[in-house]
Amino acid sequence: MLATFLSQIVNGLILGSLIGLIALGYTMVYGIIQLINFAHGEVFMVGAYGGLFMFTYLLPTFIQRQWYLALPLLLVGGAAVSTVVAVLMERFAYRPLRGAPRLAPLITALGVSVALQELVRNFYPGATAALPFPRVFVQGTWEIPVPGGTVPLRWTGLLIIVLSLVLAAVLTAYVNGTRMGRAMRAVSQDSDTARLMGVDTDRVIVLTFALGAALAGVGGIMYGTDLGFVNIDMGFQNGIFAFTAAVLGGIGNLRGAVVGGIVIGLVKALGGQYLPGGTAYDYVWIFVVLIAVLVFRPQGFFGESERVRA
Amino acid sequence: MSFLQVRDLVVAYGAIQAVRGVSFDVEKGQIVSLIGSNGAGKTTTLRTISGLLRSVSGEVLLDGEPIHRLPAHKIVMKGVAHSPEGRKLFSRMTVEENLRLGAYTRSDEAGIREDMDHVYSLFPVLGERRTNKAGLFSGGEQQMLAIGRALMSRPSVLMLDEPSMGLSPIMTQKIFSTIKELRSEGTTVLLVEQNALSALALSDRGYVIDLGRTTLSGTGHELLADSRVQEAYLGEGVGT
Repeated sequence: MLATFLSQIVNGLILGSLIGLIALGYTMVYGIIQLINFAHGEVFMVGAYGGLFMFTYLLPTFIQRQWYLALPLLLVGGAAVSTVVAVLMERFAYRPLRGAPRLAPLITALGVSVALQELVRNFYPGATAALPFPRVFVQGTWEIPVPGGTVPLRWTGLLIIVLSLVLAAVLTAYVNGTRMGRAMRAVSQDSDTARLMGVDTDRVIVLTFALGAALAGVGGIMYGTDLGFVNIDMGFQNGIFAFTAAVLGGIGNLRGAVVGGIVIGLVKALGGQYLPGGTAYDYVWIFVVLIAVLVFRPQGFFGESERVRA
Repeated sequence: MSFLQVRDLVVAYGAIQAVRGVSFDVEKGQIVSLIGSNGAGKTTTLRTISGLLRSVSGEVLLDGEPIHRLPAHKIVMKGVAHSPEGRKLFSRMTVEENLRLGAYTRSDEAGIREDMDHVYSLFPVLGERRTNKAGLFSGGEQQMLAIGRALMSRPSVLMLDEPSMGLSPIMTQKIFSTIKELRSEGTTVLLVEQNALSALALSDRGYVIDLGRTTLSGTGHELLADSRVQEAYLGEGVGT
């Protein structure tokens, strides 16, 4: 009983911290330019495929065999691929629409999302089916003894939890404690006034896309390493979860994105275990929670309620 | 040659021309006021000088150099600071963070600290509450912070848009005496005010903007004495 419950808590935390990591990208971009970047899930996917490409075609065998060499290289490589894709996307798809009605960039984001999926499907060798992903981390499970059984914790799962939370903390410290972070917050509060302070808003917007994308790229690598395969739908599925997490936590709020992600992970794991219908209905419970939260607290857990401007 | 020259500025919002020919000069070390009724184009003029708006035609010269094609952040680096109408503080940030954003273009940490202390000595209430969020302050205190924030870039021209808006008469007096103090420290001030009487009283020069055009100019005292100005902007009780 207890072991099953705690096992599902562990599963929820693993999925939830990964979702939270992706959600940071949604929430930052929204905070800066009020755009739901629906292509962010694909940025996560592209990071995983970038890492897979690097491992398969670029890394020599002796590096492939040592996870402590291969993992850091893949994390950096995946983050770099995601970042490049996101920066290009901002420059060529979203920047020309700055100042256009908000629906225009939103539709563009959906278009970019489909385009990225199809590009990978058509041009990555073998991507029409799921592809095996190298397990570039210690395999195996820590069986944590509890009364009445054990709780399995995969080492790759532990990696996801630890690295996601560390990166979220580093990002928060950067945004709250540095000059560029202050500029990001200024642009998100009032971009015209930020320009009057001498902030180059275009640069801040690119930086925001890049930071969110780097985190998503790291997420993509960890996801592939944990699961052992990748497919081109991974960005859509997890992107929807992450977007939901960002809204749940209060869009624009960093802490909210992480908490929202963990809530979603836990709801999915526990709902699949204990609620009627099992895992077939776990998506349902996630969106039931989203709707319930939005009914009673439309601004999400940590979001600020809309204030009427004086 | 004047320090800041604005020549035949025309600015439009779509098809509507808000500014249809504004020209004026600001000499170094002076306080120059733009006065005029609501909607005359004063705020639009300041927003165009600071680069938030693009002019249709006309030019803005700072120390002889055209700046009207530069993006807003480069204009700040050239030495033009703009404290916008409605103060526009970063209300969810502290006093200190707002001041640091004012100094965003600078990297001389020692100088930034020094200027922060200077702002705190101009406005001691800010110094006492430097870790408080700007949104929690009264209107007058927010205006002090808005001016302080604009000063943090060490501007050669400080543009203040309606600094007395919504303030009590006592607070208005305090703000205006601070502006005079800034001039005595050598700061050049371009002031936009609906409170024409107080503005002209402390200005070296004033310009009247009406329907998007500069229509009158003179020293502060000349304009105060001008019957057209009195009739249009100062109302009955002038001089009493």
